[in-house]
Amino acid sequence: MPATRPSLAVEIAGLKLQNPVMPASGTFGYGEEYAPYLDLNRLGALVTKGLSLNPKAGNPTPRIAETTSGMLNAIGLQNVGVSEFIQGKTPLYRQLTTPVIANFFGNTLEEYGEVARRLADIPEIAAVELNISCPNVKQGGIVFGTEPTAAAQVVTLVRKALQKPLIVKLTPNVTDITVIARAVEEAGADAISCINTLTGMAIDVKSRKAKIANRTGGLSGPAIRPVAVRMTYQVVQAVKIPVIGIGGIMCARDALEFLIVGARAVQVGTANFIDPGVMMTIIDDLEQFLVDEGLTDINQVIGSFTG
Amino acid sequence: MKNYATIILSNQEISPAYFRMRILTPGFAAVAAPGQFVMVRPELGLPTMLRRPFGIFRTGCLPAECEGLPPREYMEILYKVVGEGTRILSELHQGDRVELLGPLGNGFDLGAPGREKLLVGGGIGLVPLFMLGEALLAQGSRVRLLMGGRTRDDILALTEFERSGVETYVSTDDGSFGEAGLVTKVLERKLRKYPDAEVYACGPMPMLRAVADLCASLRADLQVSLEAHMACGVGACLGCVVKGVGHSEATPRYLCTCKAGPVFAAAALDWERATVASDGCGGECK
Ligand SMILES: Cc1cc2nc3c(=O)[nH]c(=O)nc-3n(C[C@H](O)[C@H](O)[C@H](O)COP(=O)(O)OP(=O)(O)OC[C@H]3O[C@@H](n4cnc5c(N)ncnc54)[C@H](O)[C@@H]3O)c2cc1C
Ligand SMILES: Cc1cc2nc3c(=O)[nH]c(=O)nc-3n(C[C@H](O)[C@H](O)[C@H](O)COP(=O)(O)O)c2cc1C
Ligand code: FES
Repeated sequence: MPATRPSLAVEIAGLKLQNPVMPASGTFGYGEEYAPYLDLNRLGALVTKGLSLNPKAGNPTPRIAETTSGMLNAIGLQNVGVSEFIQGKTPLYRQLTTPVIANFFGNTLEEYGEVARRLADIPEIAAVELNISCPNVKQGGIVFGTEPTAAAQVVTLVRKALQKPLIVKLTPNVTDITVIARAVEEAGADAISCINTLTGMAIDVKSRKAKIANRTGGLSGPAIRPVAVRMTYQVVQAVKIPVIGIGGIMCARDALEFLIVGARAVQVGTANFIDPGVMMTIIDDLEQFLVDEGLTDINQVIGSFTG
Repeated sequence: MKNYATIILSNQEISPAYFRMRILTPGFAAVAAPGQFVMVRPELGLPTMLRRPFGIFRTGCLPAECEGLPPREYMEILYKVVGEGTRILSELHQGDRVELLGPLGNGFDLGAPGREKLLVGGGIGLVPLFMLGEALLAQGSRVRLLMGGRTRDDILALTEFERSGVETYVSTDDGSFGEAGLVTKVLERKLRKYPDAEVYACGPMPMLRAVADLCASLRADLQVSLEAHMACGVGACLGCVVKGVGHSEATPRYLCTCKAGPVFAAAALDWERATVASDGCGGECK
């Protein structure tokens, strides 16, 4: 055992994180839901549920279904809206030392800009994560994530609207994710989150109906991890800005796969539902991994891929 | 509420396809209220990933003298095997590990002490009513359980209710046990006899809807316990919502079954617009 504990600290777009582990948007509510179960101050960062300009009702139910090693969801970005968020949710964040990242989206270009402006001067929000990748809303969302010109346009607009670190979250539902990654980098993104859910579908064979009301939904969980690791690897190669790896992380070993191919941090999503303490275990086990490997700093692992 | 990484004390089939599982949960009884639920998962690999929600049937304690062991606090779930997750649970044995998050959600409002209480259970929906019955008896109310099922196999734990002091009335669709017909028929009769009664119901959606209609027309106070597909159980995923009264696309009033419920005042729900959009058992499992 080395005398000093190894360092898990990482830096992303100027944000200093005590460790590289944070929840994935939409799987951790606004943070308050999990506050009774774990110490939010131990997280690398806190990422909120996706916000829109006005409150959003979301999709009809059932909204979720379990599939082999994964789950489908079509929540439809139900959220309280940015004003209620600022009023009702940020007081909790004032008491935290962990930086808070606000995830948001718009139905139109103008809406993206307006939400960004509202978040610009809120001191409790350390950074924003721009969702141009949700498969569950009819307008906006995914259109901005699948087309490089549209992606660049929305990033440029949001970039102008605020000074905070700007993370852009990409969809895997494209032919070549590196094209979009380069487009958002050029447009001024400070970092990339990779990936959102994969569009999927599940059928109840007795009723012949889709298992969720929206018919299609976003697939998350262990089932998508190999795809997510591959895309993270490709995006890391394609851009110079830092990348946050997301997709099916259940344990420290899963997180390490992303870090080794070059992700600077990771987000844990579906696993929180299965084990509300999972992020704490991952943080502890990452530290233990460094000790076991005789390393002193998590940055020695990041990008250490040897082919 | 806390996460218990614990073991199964027993797991037995009590009627075809219905199981009763007793789980070691020190400290649970003191915090669990009637109507709350737990999220359970077997500590196996990943044939199913997500936890499954179950009502708390009862809590208890094995006395200290038993087998020379210290007193052991437990909680029990009653469940019906309907799919992969409940099938896996049904194959677990004494000593197998499970994880249990709870108690979760809001339980029943016990209402006015001394007032007549009618509990309406459809099949496995009787689960949250047992602790409720005990609590209502303890506050000095008269408690009657109206228990409906498709057939006699769907009628569970009656003696347990009776032993605790609850009067029971049974009806089955096929007449194989108790009165033939729907439980709402029995409820209507009782409500006419005790117009002041407070009603508590849990069961398949079509039954709850019928109970809600009946209680609305007879102006009886009704609380219902709902089911919805759940991923987190704590209000984080928004997967489990139901429509509250006054819901519209412009003024969304989605309520989380896990956090605002699973028990709701019937008047708080939008029954007209397909309130519980979760298909749940689709009324099939009753
Ligand atoms: C608050 C609450 C309390 C419940 N209490 C009980 C109880 O005491 N006893 C009991 O037998 N059942 C209870 N249920 C229903 C029970 O959770 C489901 O029967 C169970 O999840 C089915 O899982 P499965 O893997 O066997 O079925 P599958 O159909 O294979 O499950 C697939 C998915 O659908 C979900 N699902 C399927 N049916 C239901 C349903 N009716 N309600 C909610 N989710 C469903 C599962 O959670 C899972 O995510 C309760 C549900 C809720 C929400
Ligand atoms: C229930 C649910 C809700 C989600 N909501 C959002 C959201 O609001 N904004 C967003 O950018 N991503 C959202 N996501 C996607 C996750 O943040 C994450 O990218 C995805 O689930 C993959 O990670 P996982 O496999 O670890 O869950 C959601 C995912 C789930 C399962
Ligand atoms: S089950 Fe996740 S919000 Fe209710």
